[in-house]
Amino acid sequence: MGRAGGAAAFAALVSVGALPASAAEPPEKVAACLACHGAEGQSATENVPSLGAQPAPYTVIQLFLFREKMRLADPMNDMAKPLSDADLQSAADFLAAMPPPKPPDDPGDAARLERSRALTEQNHCNICHRPDFSGKENVPRLADQREDYLLKALREYKSGQRRGYDPSMAEVLQPVDDAMLVELAYYLARVR
Amino acid sequence: MTTIPSHSRSVLFAAIAAGLIAAAPVMAQQPANPAPGAPPTPAGPSAPTAQTPATPAQGSAAQAPAAPPPWAQGRPDNPAVADIAPVQPPPIPTAADKLPLAMFKLPPNFHIEVYAPGVANARSLRVDDKGNVFVSTRQLDRVYALTDKNGKREVKTLATGLNSPNGIALHNGTLYIAEINKISKIDNVADQFDNPPKPTVIYDDLPSDAPHGWKFLTVGPDNRLYFNIGAPCNICMPPPTHAQIRSINLDGSGAQVVARGTRQIVGMDWHPTLKQLYFTENQRDWLSEDQPNDKLNRITQPGKDNFGFPYCGGGDIPDPQFGWGHSCDEFTKPIAQLGPHTAPLGMRFYTGKMFPAQYRNAIFIARHGSWNKSHKIGGDVIVAKLNPDGTVKSFEPFITGFIQDNKYVGRPVDVEWLKDGSMLLSDDYNGAVYRITYGPQKVSAAR
Repeated sequence: MGRAGGAAAFAALVSVGALPASAAEPPEKVAACLACHGAEGQSATENVPSLGAQPAPYTVIQLFLFREKMRLADPMNDMAKPLSDADLQSAADFLAAMPPPKPPDDPGDAARLERSRALTEQNHCNICHRPDFSGKENVPRLADQREDYLLKALREYKSGQRRGYDPSMAEVLQPVDDAMLVELAYYLARVR
Repeated sequence: MTTIPSHSRSVLFAAIAAGLIAAAPVMAQQPANPAPGAPPTPAGPSAPTAQTPATPAQGSAAQAPAAPPPWAQGRPDNPAVADIAPVQPPPIPTAADKLPLAMFKLPPNFHIEVYAPGVANARSLRVDDKGNVFVSTRQLDRVYALTDKNGKREVKTLATGLNSPNGIALHNGTLYIAEINKISKIDNVADQFDNPPKPTVIYDDLPSDAPHGWKFLTVGPDNRLYFNIGAPCNICMPPPTHAQIRSINLDGSGAQVVARGTRQIVGMDWHPTLKQLYFTENQRDWLSEDQPNDKLNRITQPGKDNFGFPYCGGGDIPDPQFGWGHSCDEFTKPIAQLGPHTAPLGMRFYTGKMFPAQYRNAIFIARHGSWNKSHKIGGDVIVAKLNPDGTVKSFEPFITGFIQDNKYVGRPVDVEWLKDGSMLLSDDYNGAVYRITYGPQKVSAAR
């Protein structure tokens, strides 16, 4: 794109107020979320997921389940309690437009990464979560999610502690042992 | 057996009819070749099913990988299917002024209006003698009552914490609720809207499998509860406890198997004069774009009818895996085929007086619409007119327009009748209940 085109595109963006996501002011009720989940879409908090570039339909579903106490997780049930349907949607839309989380600086163990990548295929993770693990609609993005949160979520789905909007995760994880969950989380936290 | 006709009398309905009817000529002529997506090696009827964990990885018996999710069983290795997956309804209902009423097309002098917005995940419908409307959910955990108070319609949540409570039925003022793994009741429910008690369990001898575990529930002329137990998979050899219609007394006693070989059922009703149970049945995914047809069935031999799952799909397609050694002629035929993957759900016989006489005792069927096709079909309400012997005489489209540009703008689930003979229709995609009236002039919505 030439300079003029770039300028025109920038002007068009500005004119509709669509600045790059990191520069946009979050909706009032989203600001509190970012304290734990990260202002740039990337969480630095233990066991708290990164939400940047998370598909909006997935986030709406989770916020709804928190608000309606169909998914129990401190402090999310209280955080979601006062939110209206419109709040859920605008929060999810804002988070979806934030940049995706980045992989850790540490490249990880190459041989282990290759083995665990193969396990994500053997376990069919890529069917719903997409081959690049970017997720789609009601299926969450997994790529470069925090490793501790991924493992926690997998364990909670397998044990039945975490209720999904649909039962797919609980069903598919039944034959999978904990050592496998550890390996899946290892790779998914380091997708490059 | 009647297939949906490949022509439509009315130009108005030509477009929808194309979707409604696409299947009929195709399936009548196609040989029963295994489809591209079929497993390459046929296995006997006792072959391990998709419920069996996959072979453990070598050298580590504990390291069994996950099976594909149930909906993806039998999915072909073909990039063309990458975007074909079940369509999940949003949990939050569409605002009343954003509901796609203007896109819905009906026959002349029929009118559609919003009866109640804000009914998240609205599924099965029931109406009591006082005009209270009960609405179930499937993805959520609750059952609602829609009531009129001082001329204002209210959505009250009657029960929460339920396990996919899709099936509801009414009998003498008692609301019966069918969850995946139990059936419960609330007596005198209409007197307890403001402080409803926890439902009382009457029957829990049920599997807890989530795939196709949600139920439809109806009370028969014999004052027994009838419900389905679906196959816990896309295609598999079901355990003897599954893929059947079962009935129990109103107190949960006296369980009987009424029919077998049913894959999944989300709509049943009783013929007004023949008193036979009719039901819609959803057939397997991934066989091909155009096979097998979903079905309209009727039970003529209670306790004996077997509708063919997993050996025969659509009434006429031997399953490429489980059909070996069997013939579709061994099984009770459907009385009609309703199009491949169209997902016919709720169905009711019309016995009211508001609609013209030609609709009397006809069946209105809500087709939720396909997910397992590249080009979506269904997403409508069709009407089946019957012969005096209860066989199907003809099909016509009734409400169309739920699919726009190959996307859902709504998904019809169940139909039920108000006392005045008007129709209620639930839409789980928008979280709404609509009302359909007949008359020379549009009757404005009672709010």
